[in-house]
Amino acid sequence: MAGVPDVVLRVEHLSMRFGGLVAVDNLSFEAKSGDITALIGPNGAGKTTVFNCITGFYKPSEGRIALKHGEPSIWDQIEPLTDRGERSVAYGSDALFLLERMPDFLVTQKARVARTFQNIRLFAGMTVLENLLVAQHNVLMLASGFTFLGIFGIPSYTAAERASIDKAKFWLDRIGLTARADDPAGDLPYGAQRRLEVARAMCTEPVLLCLDEPAAGLNPKESAELNELLLSIRKDHATSILLIEHDMSVVMGISDHIVVLDYGVKIADGNPEAVRNDEKVIAAYLGVADEEVAQVEAEVGL
Amino acid sequence: MADVRGERVNVVLALRDASKTGVISFFVLLPLIGFLTLTNIRNELILTTRWPLLFTWVGVIFSGRFIYSLAIAPWLAQRAMRPVAAAPSAWRSFVGKWFVPFAIGFAIAYPLIAIFGAGYDSALKWIDNFGIQILIYVMLGWGLNIVVGLAGLLDLGYVAFYAVGAYSYALLAKNFGFTFWLLLPLAGILSSFWGILLGFPVLRLRGDYLAIVTLAFGEIIRLVLINFVDLTNGYAGISGIPRPSFFGIPFNASDNGFDATFGFEFSPLHRTIFLYYVILALAFITAFVTVRLRRMPVGRAWEALREDEIACRSLGINTTNTKLTAFAMGAMFAGFAGSFFAARQGFISPESFTFLESATVLSIVVLGGMGSQIGVALAAVAFVGATEMLRELDFLKQIFGADFDPTQYRMLLFGAAMVLIMIWRPRGLVSSRDPSVFLKERKSISAELTKEGHG
Repeated sequence: MAGVPDVVLRVEHLSMRFGGLVAVDNLSFEAKSGDITALIGPNGAGKTTVFNCITGFYKPSEGRIALKHGEPSIWDQIEPLTDRGERSVAYGSDALFLLERMPDFLVTQKARVARTFQNIRLFAGMTVLENLLVAQHNVLMLASGFTFLGIFGIPSYTAAERASIDKAKFWLDRIGLTARADDPAGDLPYGAQRRLEVARAMCTEPVLLCLDEPAAGLNPKESAELNELLLSIRKDHATSILLIEHDMSVVMGISDHIVVLDYGVKIADGNPEAVRNDEKVIAAYLGVADEEVAQVEAEVGL
Repeated sequence: MADVRGERVNVVLALRDASKTGVISFFVLLPLIGFLTLTNIRNELILTTRWPLLFTWVGVIFSGRFIYSLAIAPWLAQRAMRPVAAAPSAWRSFVGKWFVPFAIGFAIAYPLIAIFGAGYDSALKWIDNFGIQILIYVMLGWGLNIVVGLAGLLDLGYVAFYAVGAYSYALLAKNFGFTFWLLLPLAGILSSFWGILLGFPVLRLRGDYLAIVTLAFGEIIRLVLINFVDLTNGYAGISGIPRPSFFGIPFNASDNGFDATFGFEFSPLHRTIFLYYVILALAFITAFVTVRLRRMPVGRAWEALREDEIACRSLGINTTNTKLTAFAMGAMFAGFAGSFFAARQGFISPESFTFLESATVLSIVVLGGMGSQIGVALAAVAFVGATEMLRELDFLKQIFGADFDPTQYRMLLFGAAMVLIMIWRPRGLVSSRDPSVFLKERKSISAELTKEGHG
């Protein structure tokens, strides 16, 4: 499939209504494999709602959200899959998932979409290491024979636990928290908590990592560290990133592709350069000049 | 001079404070103690007064408050100013290290200690009323600790599973003649089945709503036991439940009984000691399994669920199954305890499975410190031991008169103790959390960071 862009996530005609409120209206966009795709927009634009739909926390009112594992050729299966009314289809390592049909925990477990939260949701009373082990729950659960074998201490479970601790160590090293592995997560400074949440999400080995404002509340130095972490995740792991962010230094610095939302509608879609110069985007963020307002008011007869 | 003057000001302030308290207590106690209504011989209500008693109480409260504000309050204030010790004292770490082995050793040696301490004849009471009774509550506390302490699901109907275990044993043993050792696991399985059955509909509920539904479930089970007379014999209960045997050898005075077989003189004490070790073994199994489970992925998922359910779901954890396993495990241990209870008593009725029982077990878990096994065991010893101890305080009759019954003050004292503990140690006796895994060093986590769960 040379020349065809390798798309990992395809959102089509996504609408989400809460009673009479339309939070997301007929939104379509694609995220390419290995890219960092940013979803931006003013407050209340519906960005987090889109995230909640993708990660299964909300069931969208309308639309299709499809995620691909492996080779892009599997996209041919999307229409038959949709018509069959099933959740997913897999041929070997290639698979296609319709996320809007899956409950939230299966979106992470099977479709391998991990997320972080706008207001940090760490397990504050558990240690940093425990946080990273909880993220590997499904792997360990299988290794422990759903607890029945693990409770008798079978060697394969011990080995699996050691492997999961090694993986946690790897991530602790990457986020610079090895020295604090045995401290409760709630004791960490804010920036470290943000990094730990990213590491915890990465411990689920995601194909798509959804980050909801990872740089919120970080100082410029911490925000630069986060950029570095995200870029290294993209470089070293087969993980694509979907990002909600207000901090333009993060968005413009690392994204390959930007989707701009305003009042639940997509107003721009393109590379950072194109989005930066898009008139609608500038208008949504900065407002418009007074004469333009007057002109619009004249048009609608005010 | 200044010193004397400061002293006098303190006395004046303390007097003023004590007078205020005295006046308040006078008006509060006036209707409670000051007036007494009696019915005379013609069935008329007459009002009498008890001024001396009232003034004695007011006097006691006045002087208590005076002493408090003169001496205790300044001392407490001074103590609060003292710098916090950087490292825990040597005595503390010594206790921390040796407490558990010592407690286990004491529990194993307890029947012997009771026999040597109280004599062969009165040891029965000490082993039965204190040993077995406390251990049943320790076991129930540890079982509920999984649901409430680890998974953070507030369960007010825990006694339902205890009842299921007890009635399973009683009915199956009486009607089908199954043995104790077969029915013990079976009762556990049946109870955990009921745990799952309750779990399914209530999984969506959180916090107060979950508490109310579990409370209702406990009442439903009790009402079914009362009203399903054909099966359960209603209020009258089930009597003549077969007692456990020593691996097939019954405890009785017959020729093939336990004592005759092993060449002892017959004594009911032997059965009690045997039962003590059975419940001790069951409690140890509960503790061991819980400790192991905490280090398994499912145990960590329980605690993660208590900390943040939404984050759990975002990490691919099936929260429905995780909650169900917590309910099932907790119910299973209650089922074990229930079947043991039925076997020990030989008689059960719905009266043993009231809400008060659930409340007692829940208070043991909360007082002990949610999630802490040592704390729960300590709370069970303190609470059950203290209530049993009230029966032993016969000397109080010499002070308060022959019709004084200290056991009637059980709930009053219990309530007061609860209030005091919640003031001094709001997160229970042992409030720190022990991490399930560590990289370099095991550090306990203070209760300020851990959450109580939302349901």
